[in-house]
Amino acid sequence: MSISATASQPAPLGRRIKRFMSDYPLVPLLALLLLLVLVLQIMQPGIVNQRWIANTVKFAIPLALLAGCQTMTMLTGGIDLSVGTVATMAAFIVATQGVDHAAPVAMLIALVPAVLIGFANGIGVGVFRVHPLIMTLGTSLIGVGFLQVYQRTVIAAGAKVPDFLIWLGTGLTGGIPNALLLFIPVAALLIFIQRRTGFGRLLYATGDNERATRLAGVKYWQVILALYMFSSVLAGIMGLLYMGLIRAPSLSLAEPLVLPSVAAAVIGGTSIFGGRGSYTGTIVGALILTVLTTLLTILQMPEGARRILFGAIVLLVTAAYLRIVDDR
Amino acid sequence: MTTSPLLDATGVAKRYGAVAALKNASLSLLPGEVHALMGANGAGKSTLVKILTGAISANVGRILVRGQERDIRSPAKARKAGLVPVYQEPSLIPDLDVLSNLRLTNTPVEPFRNWVRELGVPDLDLRELARDVPLAIQRVLDLARALAVEPDVLLLDEMTAALPANLAERVLEVVKGQSRTGRSVIFISHRFVEIAALCDRATVLRDGETVGVVDIVPGVEERIVELMLGAKVEKRRVTQQRAEDAASPAGGSTRIAVRNLSVGTKLQDVSFDLKDGEVAGVVALEGQGQDELFAALAGSIRPAGGTIEVDGRQVRFSHPADAVQAGIAYVPGDRTEALAMQQSVRENIALPFSAAFRNWGPIRMGKEGATVQGAIERLQIDTRAQREVQRLSGGNQQKVTIARWIAADARTLLCFDPTRGIDVGTKQEIYKLLRQLAAQGKSVLFYTSELEEVQLVCDRAIVIFGGRVVDILPVEIADEAALTRAAYGLPRDAKADVGILADVHSDPVTRP
Amino acid sequence: MKHHFRRQGWVAGLFALLVALFILTKFIQPNYGAGDLGSLVRAVLPYAFAVAAQTVVVIAGGIDLSVAAMMALTSVTAASMMAGASEEYALLVVPFVLAMGFALGAVNGILIVVSRVPDIVVTLATLFMLQGAALLVLGAPGGGAAEWLKSLVVGTIPLPGLPDSVTAWIPKSLVLLVVLLCIVWIPLNRSKLGLSIYAIGSSELAAFRSGVPVARTKILAYAFAGLFAAMGGLSLTMSTGIGAPIPGPYLLASVAAVVLGGVALGGGKGSLLGPIIAVFVLRLVRTDLTLLAIDPNVTAIVEGSIMVAVVMFGAFITMRSRSS
Repeated sequence: MSISATASQPAPLGRRIKRFMSDYPLVPLLALLLLLVLVLQIMQPGIVNQRWIANTVKFAIPLALLAGCQTMTMLTGGIDLSVGTVATMAAFIVATQGVDHAAPVAMLIALVPAVLIGFANGIGVGVFRVHPLIMTLGTSLIGVGFLQVYQRTVIAAGAKVPDFLIWLGTGLTGGIPNALLLFIPVAALLIFIQRRTGFGRLLYATGDNERATRLAGVKYWQVILALYMFSSVLAGIMGLLYMGLIRAPSLSLAEPLVLPSVAAAVIGGTSIFGGRGSYTGTIVGALILTVLTTLLTILQMPEGARRILFGAIVLLVTAAYLRIVDDR
Repeated sequence: MTTSPLLDATGVAKRYGAVAALKNASLSLLPGEVHALMGANGAGKSTLVKILTGAISANVGRILVRGQERDIRSPAKARKAGLVPVYQEPSLIPDLDVLSNLRLTNTPVEPFRNWVRELGVPDLDLRELARDVPLAIQRVLDLARALAVEPDVLLLDEMTAALPANLAERVLEVVKGQSRTGRSVIFISHRFVEIAALCDRATVLRDGETVGVVDIVPGVEERIVELMLGAKVEKRRVTQQRAEDAASPAGGSTRIAVRNLSVGTKLQDVSFDLKDGEVAGVVALEGQGQDELFAALAGSIRPAGGTIEVDGRQVRFSHPADAVQAGIAYVPGDRTEALAMQQSVRENIALPFSAAFRNWGPIRMGKEGATVQGAIERLQIDTRAQREVQRLSGGNQQKVTIARWIAADARTLLCFDPTRGIDVGTKQEIYKLLRQLAAQGKSVLFYTSELEEVQLVCDRAIVIFGGRVVDILPVEIADEAALTRAAYGLPRDAKADVGILADVHSDPVTRP
Repeated sequence: MKHHFRRQGWVAGLFALLVALFILTKFIQPNYGAGDLGSLVRAVLPYAFAVAAQTVVVIAGGIDLSVAAMMALTSVTAASMMAGASEEYALLVVPFVLAMGFALGAVNGILIVVSRVPDIVVTLATLFMLQGAALLVLGAPGGGAAEWLKSLVVGTIPLPGLPDSVTAWIPKSLVLLVVLLCIVWIPLNRSKLGLSIYAIGSSELAAFRSGVPVARTKILAYAFAGLFAAMGGLSLTMSTGIGAPIPGPYLLASVAAVVLGGVALGGGKGSLLGPIIAVFVLRLVRTDLTLLAIDPNVTAIVEGSIMVAVVMFGAFITMRSRSS
């Protein structure tokens, strides 16, 4: 009745390139990163030195952490727009609780809203099947409300960022950012989860074909609930680190990073439709965006144009990705 | 005949990637005739209908309407060319009222009203939402809407299915009347009775090709069955022997007992047993409730009534996880349902291992690798392109879906048309594998749309028609002809005789 | 017929809830008067247009995440064009901004149809881009508005033959809202295009088979959403006198009001009346919370929670109807 395609046939060149791109997404990404650095060096000779690299890494790390939340949720075809609010809440709370409490206690308190928001997201998306975009947008709105109320209660007490966080966020040891002490284990954990745990497998499979996972006996809501809680806690940890980096508490601290975090994950080869992507790609994506931002700053491109560019990148990469997957 | 055809389609073909849904179909329709379009499951009937009505466009082929080549590449254009379909599933917009539905398709209201009355629905409120109109009436409204624009060619896809007897009769009368006005009807039906009563000629499709055009005369049923099956009828007798050799002596204990199971509106009152160590075939035409039966056994949908017992204990599955827990695995015919296409062979096979919450932690890669490798070897999966399952051939993909449950050591496999659209070699391997599994004491429920497979693989055949088990044939007599007859609801010993056939629906044959 | 009644019943129930809330308001604050009603409607205006925009696309089976950003862009465009310009010039600005909204909405639709990327992703991307464009037009809140435009939403309309005590309860902004919505919605709803929008939302396959041009209908649905969003943007400029480039909280509010208004998120059902009443209900709840002297930030929490609950309820209903 039908002729099944065999895999051994030599494919046309275009298709081979597509396959190469989807098998080794890191290669073109790293090439792009090097190209951007090169352009930067040509435009401002001498800018690329050890200090610049350390600084770039320092600012890429919070973005990469937040983009980690997007990578994980996007693997299931979701997205987490509440990460900005969660990170901001964690940062604000740790700075204000740092006045009365020891640093570890303050940090634990700061992560409570992260857990709660993650739980709400997981229930909304996993059980009620609200679209993750809408759900996480909603919880982030509620979170902002809570933060404002909270701000009233602590406004008199002032703020104190724990020294440890400042050391972690801004410090350099031998020219290497201390933040890597946090980032390397976290990144390793994320990559390990994605590649070597049952949970990671389920994330990919759920995003790829939810029906198939159902037939294999997977309960969707369990996976989604765990995922969004994980994402939220990760965002909270990022908030703590970011507080150490910025050092000035504000009510919209991490909000400007939400859009770039989505863009970083998408650039890094994570499919917004789910089932494909890896954190290594996202890390490179975050570096690319950070370098790109420096470049745009040098070019004096306004914030508005930057947003347009990021939006266009998300749309173009998604559409291109759809074409790659489509005509197999 | 001197009259020129109203519709003349020749050499029509449609491919989806590497799969040919239609290879070389032709259909010639004379003015004023009712023409039956027939073919087994997957022969290409619905593809041809979709092409003729503009829902999809053909890759090659010539379609003439009244001798002229017309553009029919969208439903609106096909409608303009005078080709109007009534699809199997109602195509009224559910959330619009009937009147708005008419307005949407530029259907004149008065003729529509007249046709509705003619078709036996005297009191229709045009302000009613289509969603609230009973399904059977919706089909009638679909027909009336098509009739009201006075199309040259009316395409009726399984028009009388799901219609109560009185309405079906009116519909048939109206269709018959249509031909007297010089217009033509293409009539697709699984019911020989209707075809005999209504049609002038029949075009028979097999494997995407037109294999014959016959005049409908008494006794033509056998000829049509032969055409639908091809020359295979005689050949298969040889293989029967093999099936008997392979059949392990039945006598295992009852693994699954289904009693009076009913699901939704499609499946009513089905009872049968599945024993350890047997492969039980399920045979049915499309849409007779077999999908629902398998879904209920796999835990995907909850039955409306009746019971399912597994190893003597009654079970109620609320999630496929429950069925998996009980050792029952579902292998769908559509591989895209079962596979995470962008993941590797290994990840797909190992998927059930991670399903339960307690298995979410680190994977013991060595142990998993060995289990997966064992399953791959057992099924001889070609793993050259294993990085992504979607790059495998269809046959290899299907092997992965089965390998998954071999690796997970499921005791019962529910295989729903597992050999659909895969190459002959792989089919043979799958047959062999299923027999081996049965020999190891596992049980398999095997629905197939390719009837020849029953004698190759199964120990017996459960035939379902209209949501009921109409017959259970022992493998020795379950040749294609017998199965086809049974699947069309014809009694076991009846040979072509329209007089007897007419009673089929009122008195379905009960189990022996 | 039964279904028809149920649908109207939902809207009627919503209306009853609104009336009950008004009575409650009067109870909490005995001197809640005509002036307060006027400010309520002024506050509702941008929400109402955002909801109208969302309603059109949701009925067509889609969703538009860029509503709020579109409003911000049209608002700053209008404000920056009118800043320091003559009163007459504003007569040109208004149609220009409306046309811009319509065109940008159509671009949304075209991107969805052409790229085949799901609407939710496309409108997320255009949300970013429109936000960026708004920042390019105006880096910070500013600009101006013509006096006659501002006066359109302030005060009441004196109707001949009616005593002041009655006309006091008919704020201009309410009349403006009703007139604008009706001018667009009623002809649209009566037209074949309106039917087609319902049709593609209800069942894209059945619509295609009925000969509906699915792609064109979808693009036009998004274009009309853009038009309504532009009205929303203008209303922002009218009531504040300036334009602000940062989008307000209109996206989630519009989705919540659409769901609360009886428009199923799956598409094909509902009409504009329900969501508009729902917007009033949501705003009035906020007013009541404020009148009860609750911290405005707590009000934001309650409001957000209500909206999330409504959206969850809507998703739950959609899931149920799909599985049955």
